[in-house]
Amino acid sequence: MKSLPIVFCGLFATLALSWAGILWQGQKQLGGLQPMSELYAIDPISNAARIESPQKDEPRHPEEPVGLAQQGKAQYISLGCVYCHTQQVRSQGRGADFERGWGNRQSVPRDYIRQERVLLGSSRTGPDLADFGQRIDSVNQLHAHLYNPQSEAPGSTMPPYAFLYQKRKIALNGEKSAGAIEFRDGFGPAEGYEIVPTRRAVALAAYLQSLKLDYSLPEARLPEKP
Amino acid sequence: MNSPSTEPLTAQSRLNEIDRSMQWPTILLLLSAVVWLLTATAFALLASVKSTQPGFLAGCEWLTYGRVWAAYLNSMIYGWGGNALFGVGLWILARLCRRPVPLPGMLLIGAMFWNLAVTIGVGGIIIGDMTSIEWLEMPAYAVPLLAFSSIILGVWGILVVRYGRPGPVYVSQLYVLGALFWFPWIYLTAQIFLVYEPARGVVQAMANMWYVHNLLGLWLIPAGLGAAYYLIPKISGRPIHSYYLASLGFWSLALLTGWGGMRHLAGGPVPAWFVTLGIVASVAMALPIAIAAVNHNVTVFGRWDQVAASPALRFVVFGTISYTLASLIAIAMALRSVSEVAQFTLMVQGQTHHMIYAFFTMTMFGAIYFMMPRLLNQPWPSAKLVQTHFWCSTVGIIIMLVALYAGGWIQGWQMNMPTLDNYGNPVHLNFLSIVQNTMPWLHARTVSILILGLGHLALAANLLWMVALAILSCKKALCPSNSKLVPETAVS
Repeated sequence: MKSLPIVFCGLFATLALSWAGILWQGQKQLGGLQPMSELYAIDPISNAARIESPQKDEPRHPEEPVGLAQQGKAQYISLGCVYCHTQQVRSQGRGADFERGWGNRQSVPRDYIRQERVLLGSSRTGPDLADFGQRIDSVNQLHAHLYNPQSEAPGSTMPPYAFLYQKRKIALNGEKSAGAIEFRDGFGPAEGYEIVPTRRAVALAAYLQSLKLDYSLPEARLPEKP
Repeated sequence: MNSPSTEPLTAQSRLNEIDRSMQWPTILLLLSAVVWLLTATAFALLASVKSTQPGFLAGCEWLTYGRVWAAYLNSMIYGWGGNALFGVGLWILARLCRRPVPLPGMLLIGAMFWNLAVTIGVGGIIIGDMTSIEWLEMPAYAVPLLAFSSIILGVWGILVVRYGRPGPVYVSQLYVLGALFWFPWIYLTAQIFLVYEPARGVVQAMANMWYVHNLLGLWLIPAGLGAAYYLIPKISGRPIHSYYLASLGFWSLALLTGWGGMRHLAGGPVPAWFVTLGIVASVAMALPIAIAAVNHNVTVFGRWDQVAASPALRFVVFGTISYTLASLIAIAMALRSVSEVAQFTLMVQGQTHHMIYAFFTMTMFGAIYFMMPRLLNQPWPSAKLVQTHFWCSTVGIIIMLVALYAGGWIQGWQMNMPTLDNYGNPVHLNFLSIVQNTMPWLHARTVSILILGLGHLALAANLLWMVALAILSCKKALCPSNSKLVPETAVS
């Protein structure tokens, strides 16, 4: 084939266009996003938000994830939760994300800048989790759900993650361990046994609790409380 | 020797010589492809059962739904798809270069490394080392070997072209070369942006969608189109409808595909102009799609007796018709008003399976039915098994697509659109009810996987039987002088 070099120039150029247009341009536009405080000012020249007179104690959003939640995220990744759960609230008017109570504001690029792995997801076999931390009533209930989803959400198709929990004999004096999970009637273990979360389950719960869209950003304000 | 009367025979023996020169590496690739196909089918069946019976085998962490699903995706795409793509694509490339291939050992090594890498990767997913990055779930320790073997196989393809007989460039060669060249590039880019030097925030999501879309659109689809462009004229004995259009189709596909992936992020946390660009590019894909439809389907149109007579052609024509349909559905699903409902539902899975199974896989089946008799000098032992395979695949994929498209549309509608209650207030159906409403469709999907699996077993049995027969008569098969030539237009 005489025209081999020309063919390769063509193959290179066609893909290089979208490579530059999407990845390079995306990096250029979004790669420099910084965390933002509640107090910010709009720069009159660049029209971008910047932190006004940085205060030491003022929280920056999104916040740095804590270690335990990070470990929990590793579990979330290893178990493949992303195949059924998205982590993105679409803008109001697109779908019914707001109406379903999945968030009070839409997700924006700045929400993800502290995440080493972004898990937007592409399937909603289960509900969106971007703001899940705000919907959790109690850690005990969350553990009961992870241990056996049928107890908290009858008819759910979420797999039970019982292997993240330990079944133990209750101590002779009849006192349950500190972390033992309280179940609804009929969902608990056999008489004389208790279910205790392992370290992995504790970390996973901490991660799920940390998923919150409870702060305002210049480009995505929470609605004013009435 | 070059007198016109013996010309067809010379061309024939030249092809035979080429087949012989890459016989065993190609057979290895095709056999591995079928083994991976069976593996993927088993994972798919398990995942599908688990999606309706979440308690099934739930005590085993290695078989939790998320991991089984990821293992299915990867064994289907890299195991079956990759092996079939390299086996079929490189064979077509070599035949169109009209000279026995150089360095068949390099092809063999590339094929072995590829399979080793996919095995390590899928094993890593099951034991819990997966990345949860869509279509890149294999753990980081499988990545260098996979990238390396894809480069070996790509370089081998270039050597084949470089040392081939000079002559015209066929459009099938373009498609195969494109797939070989683009894969290492998109794969390494995605790995760097997502795993080795993670990009900031949602740039990762954009890189992921760019990769997913390109893996389908610049790797699997070109291989399928290249095979169709080679096999349809070959088996039907009619030239491609328009050669000029074919080349235009290739270059427009190459130019547009890369942008289309951004449409999956519609409504998501990325700047809107990326999404708009993705939608525009997706709609503009109508041009290459129309060209492929004209060139493939018009060439065989009205020749249904031939399509019925040749199992290979039947599979390929099923594939190319599916390509047109799947692409049109992809265009429709790119539109904002449709994607508002279809996004995040089973419809997305349906469209992907339409492309990967009804088009790519069916076309590859056709290619395997055409190639194996020529590589082994041995006809397919059972026509009944071929029939069984075709009908199981056809019926199975139709059930699956109906279930996923219809179930997904209902799911998306109930999830996103309000209904009015008795007082005229908009209300949204409870989420668990939506989940329950997808159940019948998911059961249908399980049934469809069982039927598809039956077809795959028929293929595997026929293939094993054929290889066994070839080995038994190996003196004949391995010695070119004794071999009977299989004519190209023969019913295979």
